[in-house]
Amino acid sequence: MQLAIAHDTIARWQFGVTTVYHFLFVPLTISLAALVAGLETAWVRTGKEKYFHATKFWGKLFLINIAMGVVTGIVQEFQFGMNWSDYSRFVGDVFGAPLAMEALIAFFFESTFIGLWIFGWDKLPKKIHCACIWLVAIGTMLSAYFILAANSWMQHPTGYTIDPVTKRAQLTDIGKVLFQDTTLVVVFHTLTAAFLTGAAFVVGIASWHLWKAKRKPASADQRRTASMRTSLRLGLVLAVVAGLGTALSGDTLAKVMFEQQPMKMASAEALWDTQAPAPFSIFAVGNVQKGHNSVELEIPGILSFLAKSDFHSPVPGINDTAAAEAAKYGGKPSDYIPDIFVTYWGFRLMIGFGMTSFVAGAIGLWTTRKKWFLAPEFRTGEDEPPRLMLTRTRELGPTLTKWSWRIGILTMGFPLVANSFGWIFTEMGRQPWSVFGLLTTADSVSPNVGVGTQVIAFSTFTALYAVLAVIEVRLLAKYAKAGPDVDERPPAKDPRLRGPGSDEDADRPLAFAY
Amino acid sequence: MQLHDVWFVLIAVLWTGYFFLEGFDFGIGVLTRLLARDRAERRVLINTIGPVWDGNEVWLLTAGGATFAAFPDWYATLFSGFYLPLLIILVCLIIRGVAFEYRHKRTEERWQNGWEQAIFWTSLLPAFLWGVAFGNIVHGVAIDQQKNYIGGFGDLLNPYALLGGLTTLLLFTFHGAVFAALKTVGDIRTRARAMALRLGLVTAVLALAFLTWTQVHRGDGWSLAALVVAVLALLGALAANQLAREGWAFILSGLTIVAAVTMLFLSLFPDVMPSTLNPAWSLTVSNASSAPYTLKVMTVVAAVFTPLVLLYQGWTYWVFRKRIGVQHIPSGRPAGPAGPAAPAAPAAES
Repeated sequence: MQLAIAHDTIARWQFGVTTVYHFLFVPLTISLAALVAGLETAWVRTGKEKYFHATKFWGKLFLINIAMGVVTGIVQEFQFGMNWSDYSRFVGDVFGAPLAMEALIAFFFESTFIGLWIFGWDKLPKKIHCACIWLVAIGTMLSAYFILAANSWMQHPTGYTIDPVTKRAQLTDIGKVLFQDTTLVVVFHTLTAAFLTGAAFVVGIASWHLWKAKRKPASADQRRTASMRTSLRLGLVLAVVAGLGTALSGDTLAKVMFEQQPMKMASAEALWDTQAPAPFSIFAVGNVQKGHNSVELEIPGILSFLAKSDFHSPVPGINDTAAAEAAKYGGKPSDYIPDIFVTYWGFRLMIGFGMTSFVAGAIGLWTTRKKWFLAPEFRTGEDEPPRLMLTRTRELGPTLTKWSWRIGILTMGFPLVANSFGWIFTEMGRQPWSVFGLLTTADSVSPNVGVGTQVIAFSTFTALYAVLAVIEVRLLAKYAKAGPDVDERPPAKDPRLRGPGSDEDADRPLAFAY
Repeated sequence: MQLHDVWFVLIAVLWTGYFFLEGFDFGIGVLTRLLARDRAERRVLINTIGPVWDGNEVWLLTAGGATFAAFPDWYATLFSGFYLPLLIILVCLIIRGVAFEYRHKRTEERWQNGWEQAIFWTSLLPAFLWGVAFGNIVHGVAIDQQKNYIGGFGDLLNPYALLGGLTTLLLFTFHGAVFAALKTVGDIRTRARAMALRLGLVTAVLALAFLTWTQVHRGDGWSLAALVVAVLALLGALAANQLAREGWAFILSGLTIVAAVTMLFLSLFPDVMPSTLNPAWSLTVSNASSAPYTLKVMTVVAAVFTPLVLLYQGWTYWVFRKRIGVQHIPSGRPAGPAGPAAPAAPAAES
């Protein structure tokens, strides 16, 4: 039995590590695809070179990132069968469907049109080329949708029956799986968080360039500054809109979860006993054995509001919920309590890091505003770094200016941290279940895969991912620091798909080659 | 024909599509060491599959996802049973995808050389291991009453499966050489044809041995017909290659793969993973499949989207129909999507 415990522990660790790692690339891919699509559309419509340069620049970073997203995604699809074969047998009838749809509908879209976009600069008419990146962007979002539908079914199974003979889940209503409220809210929350991630990334890199241009105006290229300034504004607007969306959808999601998985939300708050009104915890040190917190700092009533939209409703606590689950499914109450430390702090770090980015975006959006809100002498040109303005006539002092730009740069990765903790929270908050109320994680693991084999796989993936992370980050940094290649010109004339002019110089080098 | 039979056919189609398409891009990867003489030629080869390899690989993901949805037990038994070979394949596919994308992003010799080595090995190993895996699927493995594979890693490396691995490796490399002859121009094109001949002859011997073994072990009349088609197509591909009819050679080398994979699936049916311990424990299309409702839903999805996928993937091949040669490869400066730009790379590096 000793062996069996270690057995699912390693599979859990592998799933956690590979999933969190994969999800570093996913939100950036989703948001950068759409951002690049937007920028290319702006270029196609206006013909302005700053949009062309921005498209190319963010496109490069997007490609470095999506390569990692794609390859780490392959592991995600296959490790269900490798490490979690009993889970796969139990859920395949339901869970396999959105996964197969993801591959057939979304992956083919992304992978085919990304190839056309990368290699098609001199082959496709620019409108078609631009349509390709839009299709990639749609593909990435569809992919997120299907996989979140699958995950939502694990959080809140619906549209199934348990087959009396095989004792396995059997799909009865695909509509419920694809369109249940958990799915819809989670999709909204994940996509807005993804856009916040891309926004912070763009703001960070654009800030780096603009702050450099500000400090060393002599060495700055005005065209580069123009393209970075546009990117900065785009990023800031997106950070505010997406940040707001993330907060709203997060609030809705919390209300859904209070209904569907009260234990997850109680443990997010380390709320041991049912309370009415329930307070929102700011800080707590808990004692799991005794089932209460030894130290706590809280705001009265807020948790009731988060759960039920009023300040008085009772919110069920961990102890009561655990007792109820034990009565329903058997065993001891303590079997049903997730790791409170991880869920409590995961929840806080998610909100803290995510909302810091939102606030930083809002402040940045205000201080970098232009024209109408500024006295004429403070206005800056499109190709200069903006002045950071507090009011119409008041600029931030040198220290505040320096730190504002630095915060823009330093918060670049904050949403990535928030995303990771969000997933850690929601997956660990569901424990001991892999499919809530139906199958425990301990019963999900492959019975025939030995611990030695799992250790090999886990250490292989961890080592490989670590090496690739170093390579990827250094490559991103190199290309991000280099900035847009402002000497590059868009194709002199629009390429044609066929007919005369599509192939005038047969020996011309490829516009892009691996 | 029941729905689970339809899905058996669809899974077979997905794997066939995967081996047809990724077959030649694995082959191209192997040929970067066998055929290309220098970096420029290696880049020519890599760029023949540049715009399409990613889309080709999705056939695998779709085959995996469709197996999960339509035959959960097949998916669970296969992936937990063939754990280590699959782990190696996954590691290869991870490195390979990154290698294509990152190789040209820096100009340092060590960097480029490292990724080029990676492309070779991560194309060669999966090309071999998929054959081993399918050899074992068709041959049957130690599956217990709970549908779990209880053999070890060593049991998967039996002579029949190893022959299967060599066959797919050579067949894919041959298919890749034929594809290279079709897609390149200049000196490398002529050499690709010459290499296709040599690879094709070895492939013919291996394929004949492997498929005959399969036929004797599990075959019936239908699989025999597929075997004959595979062998004839391979000989036809060789002949067309000799006549410098590269399009025909490619169609026929593709047909060889289609017929060979079809033959494997025909000899498998109605099992999906036979048990060598007790025939009653074998996974079959009926005891490993999902319930009819799921199959119906997935049939509708597949019927709508598969033609669409074929259409736009086909269009991609048409857009990039032009042959390429060393003259089309931009100079050694790192070509980001921004074309021949050298971000912060001192010229001395190259």
